[in-house]
Amino acid sequence: MTGQSPAVVSASKLGLTFQTSDGPVQALSNVDLTIGKGEFVSFIGPSGCGKTTLLRVIADLEKPTSGSISVNGITPEQARQSRAYGYVFQAAALYPWRTIERNVALPLEIMGLSKTEQAARIKRTLDLVNLSGFEQKYPWQLSGGMQQRASIARALAFDADLLLMDEPFGALDEIVRDHLNEQLLELWERTNKTICFVTHSIPEAVYLSTRIIVMSPRPGRVSDVIESTLPKKRPLDIRETPEFLAIAARVRDGLRAGHSYED
Amino acid sequence: MSDLLSLSSITPRSWQGYAALVLLAVALLLWPLVDAAPGYGVGTAALIFFLLLLAIEADNFPPAIGLVLLFLGAHGAAWLLLAGINGNEGTARASFYLLLAAAWLLAWRCVTVLSALRPASRWAATALRLIIPAIFGAWILIIWEAVTRGAGIPFILLPPPSAIGVRIANSLPVLAADVRQTIFKAVIFGYIVGSGAGFIAAIAADRVPFLRRGLLPIGNMVSALPIIGVAPIMVMWFGFDWQSKAAVVIIMTFFPMLVNTVAGLAASGHMERDLMRTYASSYWQTLFKLRLPAAAPFIFNALKINSTLALIGAIVAEFFGTPVVGMGFRISTEVGRMNIDMVWAEIAVAALAGSVFYGVVALFERAVTFWHPSVRGG
Repeated sequence: MTGQSPAVVSASKLGLTFQTSDGPVQALSNVDLTIGKGEFVSFIGPSGCGKTTLLRVIADLEKPTSGSISVNGITPEQARQSRAYGYVFQAAALYPWRTIERNVALPLEIMGLSKTEQAARIKRTLDLVNLSGFEQKYPWQLSGGMQQRASIARALAFDADLLLMDEPFGALDEIVRDHLNEQLLELWERTNKTICFVTHSIPEAVYLSTRIIVMSPRPGRVSDVIESTLPKKRPLDIRETPEFLAIAARVRDGLRAGHSYED
Repeated sequence: MSDLLSLSSITPRSWQGYAALVLLAVALLLWPLVDAAPGYGVGTAALIFFLLLLAIEADNFPPAIGLVLLFLGAHGAAWLLLAGINGNEGTARASFYLLLAAAWLLAWRCVTVLSALRPASRWAATALRLIIPAIFGAWILIIWEAVTRGAGIPFILLPPPSAIGVRIANSLPVLAADVRQTIFKAVIFGYIVGSGAGFIAAIAADRVPFLRRGLLPIGNMVSALPIIGVAPIMVMWFGFDWQSKAAVVIIMTFFPMLVNTVAGLAASGHMERDLMRTYASSYWQTLFKLRLPAAAPFIFNALKINSTLALIGAIVAEFFGTPVVGMGFRISTEVGRMNIDMVWAEIAVAALAGSVFYGVVALFERAVTFWHPSVRGG
């Protein structure tokens, strides 16, 4: 997007058709997308619009059936092999037999980092998500919000420049969600990572993003792209401002437009 | 009766107490206890009644004292009844069984009271967890002893547990040699090799698709082989000593481990596996860091199933040729000699060894799968 820095994700005419027992299902069709370095891009849309599938294609968890996509200028598979991104799933997916500390260490062990490097990164990332003091706890001893924070710490420990987040706060209550949104913004500002964020909450998308990609289903496609005019510094009460509400209204219109032809 | 506890002042608080009181009254009407010349002394009989009345009355004492009275009353009376029937075998009358039933009801009451306790300390809770099944087990033995001696059941049909106990005490060296031969050689070796082979085969089947399609049906077929057909063949292949029994155990334990491990390797969630994929984790890293830990509950299930299968397999296999030692050999020869108490002694030892074996595996399971909801409780 931003002319000077190279694209982190670049897709053109991307399509993905799943072969199911009920016949082919077109999950993505004709998606053109460029995400620049340091952007915070949200994907929003009703369920079945392909937003999660798109994120999974970027992560090389699904293979596209048409079109082309590159991540950091290489194929998604090469990017995955070179550990170019951290991925946060809808659920925390922490391993119950590992303590929080060992869960965060998991990707570091697989990368073969030294013990001292591991310890340093664990400390840094647990500090970053405010989980210091819980290193020796098991996931099932923590609340849902803390578990999700631990899973974000695990993705950050990886220290990749690209963070892919698939409805990471979807299962949490409003208050915890607000708090984590604030922390996420702060973290994004501090680390200057590129973040792709899937959500189905309009306020969340508008509050977090520099750009909002509105998607619609059957077939999954991009129906609108909205550049945010909000400043980079965003206190929680920015959500009451007319500027915020105007963007939210645009997103809502975009979502409605995607639905109009069938309802 | 004692002056302290005249019948009119007895007021039970539980239905077991009332029933016991009725049984006592009927037993008094149907006096004496046995049809033999000396029978029970007046003092012994009075003491039995006194103990039972004390236990019936226990609920009217402070809880701690009441519990002790209940326990001592029920079990003291049972002990006196059993001691008296010794030498008067086969002469017990209805009143003997009525008193035994009264003591049993009071022991039931005792367990009920114990189960309702909510001890504060961990130590007391552990003790309680052991005492309740111990009382339960003791009463199986007490009733077994009382019925076999009271009714004079022929020794060949069912020896009283005390006779089996005496036989065990007098045959310790023979039993020890049998345990060494059967359990420490055939069972342990077969169990480790059989379970280990099943585990490795499961990993191989997971890694190589054609093995999965080929190995599982063959493993299934092997498990369906009748043990009494396989055992003599193994004896011909591997000789009379423990090796042939170990081979039978290997065949029996291989399949449960194979099937459970294959199921366990598929038990990790999609999201957890996708996570490993995003880390560009290799097959072996994913196996050791995710899939095997997730499969641990399944693997321990197989280990527990195999712990009992191995024992059965080794003992049955010894029926088909063995050196003159081993638990299965002993059972088959002592049955022929009508030494039924020795057969029971071997059964008791096998049951004990099997329980210990199972218990050790279960303890390991708790230590390794502490994180699983079934272990951590929620």
